[in-house]
Amino acid sequence: MQMTMSPTARLILAAVIALLALAAPYVIYPVFLMKALCFALFACAFNLLIGYVGLLSFGHAAYFGMAAYITAYSVKAWGWPTEIGILAGTAVAAVMGVVVGVLAIRRHGIYFAMITLALAQMVYFFCLQAKFTGGEDGIQAVPRRPLLGVLDITDNHVLYYVVLAIFVAAFAVIYRTIHSPFGQVLKAIRENETRAVSLGYRVERYKLMALTLSAALAGLAGSTKAIVFQLASLTDVQWQMSGEVVLMTLVGGMGTIFGPVVGAFVIVGMQNYLAEAGEWVLVIQGVIFVVVVLAFRRGIVGELAPRLARLVRPGAQATDTPQPARLTSDAR
Amino acid sequence: MKKGLWTSCVAALLAATPAAAQVSDDVVKLGVMNDQSGLYADITGQGSVIAARMAVEDAGGKVLGKPIEVIFADHQNKPDVGSSIANRWIDAEQVDTIVDVPTSSVGLAVQQITKTKKRIFLMSGPASSDLTGKACSPYGFHWTYDTYMLANGTGNALVKAGGDTWFFLTSDYAFGHALERDTGAAVKAAGGKVLGAVRHPLNTSDFSSFLLQAQASKAKVIGLANAGGDTINSIKQAAEFGIVSGGQRLAGLLVFVTDVHALGLKTAQGLVVTESFYWDLNDETRAFSKRFMEKSGGKPPSMVQAGVYSAVAHYLKAIKEAGTDDADKVAAKMREMKVNDFMTKDGEIRIDGRVMRNAYLFQVKKPEESKGPWDYYKLLATIKPEDAFRPLDQGDCPLVKK
Repeated sequence: MQMTMSPTARLILAAVIALLALAAPYVIYPVFLMKALCFALFACAFNLLIGYVGLLSFGHAAYFGMAAYITAYSVKAWGWPTEIGILAGTAVAAVMGVVVGVLAIRRHGIYFAMITLALAQMVYFFCLQAKFTGGEDGIQAVPRRPLLGVLDITDNHVLYYVVLAIFVAAFAVIYRTIHSPFGQVLKAIRENETRAVSLGYRVERYKLMALTLSAALAGLAGSTKAIVFQLASLTDVQWQMSGEVVLMTLVGGMGTIFGPVVGAFVIVGMQNYLAEAGEWVLVIQGVIFVVVVLAFRRGIVGELAPRLARLVRPGAQATDTPQPARLTSDAR
Repeated sequence: MKKGLWTSCVAALLAATPAAAQVSDDVVKLGVMNDQSGLYADITGQGSVIAARMAVEDAGGKVLGKPIEVIFADHQNKPDVGSSIANRWIDAEQVDTIVDVPTSSVGLAVQQITKTKKRIFLMSGPASSDLTGKACSPYGFHWTYDTYMLANGTGNALVKAGGDTWFFLTSDYAFGHALERDTGAAVKAAGGKVLGAVRHPLNTSDFSSFLLQAQASKAKVIGLANAGGDTINSIKQAAEFGIVSGGQRLAGLLVFVTDVHALGLKTAQGLVVTESFYWDLNDETRAFSKRFMEKSGGKPPSMVQAGVYSAVAHYLKAIKEAGTDDADKVAAKMREMKVNDFMTKDGEIRIDGRVMRNAYLFQVKKPEESKGPWDYYKLLATIKPEDAFRPLDQGDCPLVKK
């Protein structure tokens, strides 16, 4: 809701979204919804970095996948409660974010992307070799223990609301971050880093904090996914996963708050409902990507939101039009 | 009197109910889930769907008077995609049985789901022998092959055929290590010797230094404990190094006939592989393959695709015998009946879900020996089921009573 909207309109929109989210599992298959929500959160975390700081990380799968492994292992092998397992995964991802950040943050553009990719590949090979990850087979049959000792999450409908709650909480954190003074500084860095430095901001610290936050949220998404699917596997740490999250963000709209959510639902939806189309899934995915790049340069939400706003209130000026981080020489 | 009649009517009804044919949702729905676009699309993919449809056709398209439906999906070799398809199929689309599912990680995930949700799972594609070991399920049937068969069959039979010294080229991760360990154990048990091993990282493109070590070891057999692109690359480069023409043998532990087709006979000649089916094995396999090739555009069935036919056919027979598609009863019936078809003779299904069948040791022909398209293998040895598969008591399957 970046457009100027009357408070009542906002309220109505929020109520409609909330109602849809609450009623969805009775219409759509809940496991699909949970998967889409996990990826939406993952894409939002990634978008926080590229859309608002202009940093293209090509190694987000490392946080996502490692957190999934940590959660799956601690819950399965050590018998930790679900919520502690998820927190452990998130914490490990945050620590990884700090380590990667300290090493990578000093470089810009393509070099930053390459360093994050290289470190993520190291994590991948670690997961391939380490005993606890189960190599190719992954960690399977992770138990769904009652949440907080009372909530029975073996029922998919109950788990859906838990996942929804996690998503909403994390989304609120992202929303708050973007609209805080901290978020303003991040956007300033995206637009003109040199000027931000000249204004006296310690740019590297801001970047490091943003990366850590993004990594932690990506980890939260991975941990939740491990509980939903009761497994953690190499797919989650592979570089293709880093690519997929870039795709989701671009399709949905980079630098818009709802874009990654829409992108995640589109991509996950295609993977799920087109599975019957066999090898055509990849072709269709490619075609959609081409169409988005050609026709929706700012992604689905990036293009539609301003038009929608004009439709609702003709003549209204969008104050905070979604600004995709341009892939200038700096970001690229 | 009246009351007595009433009671006997009810009693008769009650007695008749279990005997009457029962099919849930009035349709028997089979879901073939495999890799339709990636690494395993050739050995599973659409060919498995064709095979499943052939089995349905041969059963008359109906069982217990109800139609049989076959649907399929691509799991893209991702366990989470496979797991969500399996959940959706069972929860929302009334699928009774899931078929094929190559890639061990996806196979293990689906095994877990079908076990909790009580659906039959006919595995032809996945290799991991854990599926009938630690992760066994009363509803899971491992139909065609497994890693134990590949390792043990090849190791044991090759030693007997004179290849008594081995050197391993191993992909450096859990799967490669397991193959090397199992094959090495089989070689030693058969009286052979393992001279050494070299580990290469996953997805290596340059095998020269590894192959030189293998060549220098002077072992009679070089075992390729790797998979996919690594196997293809190592075979190609071994041909360039003249390893096979120099008198050493290459043993592929996870090589399928489609890989040989992709490599070409010139490169692959002399390679030794283990499979449980080859289209040109005998009259029956040729007859089946001929029918299959009419539908598949001239590609003969791989062992996995043949296994899909065999599994679906046996499953449908068991439904007919049991008079219901209830998973518990059908699973019991499947174990009770012997598997008999073009690729299986009196195949017994063990309590852990393992289908006991012959395995065959093949050698890839020289280009001049091949008489036509897909004429690739000559038979070196037939491995009896009890030699090919892990003994029941060694798998740690919880269903096996100690």
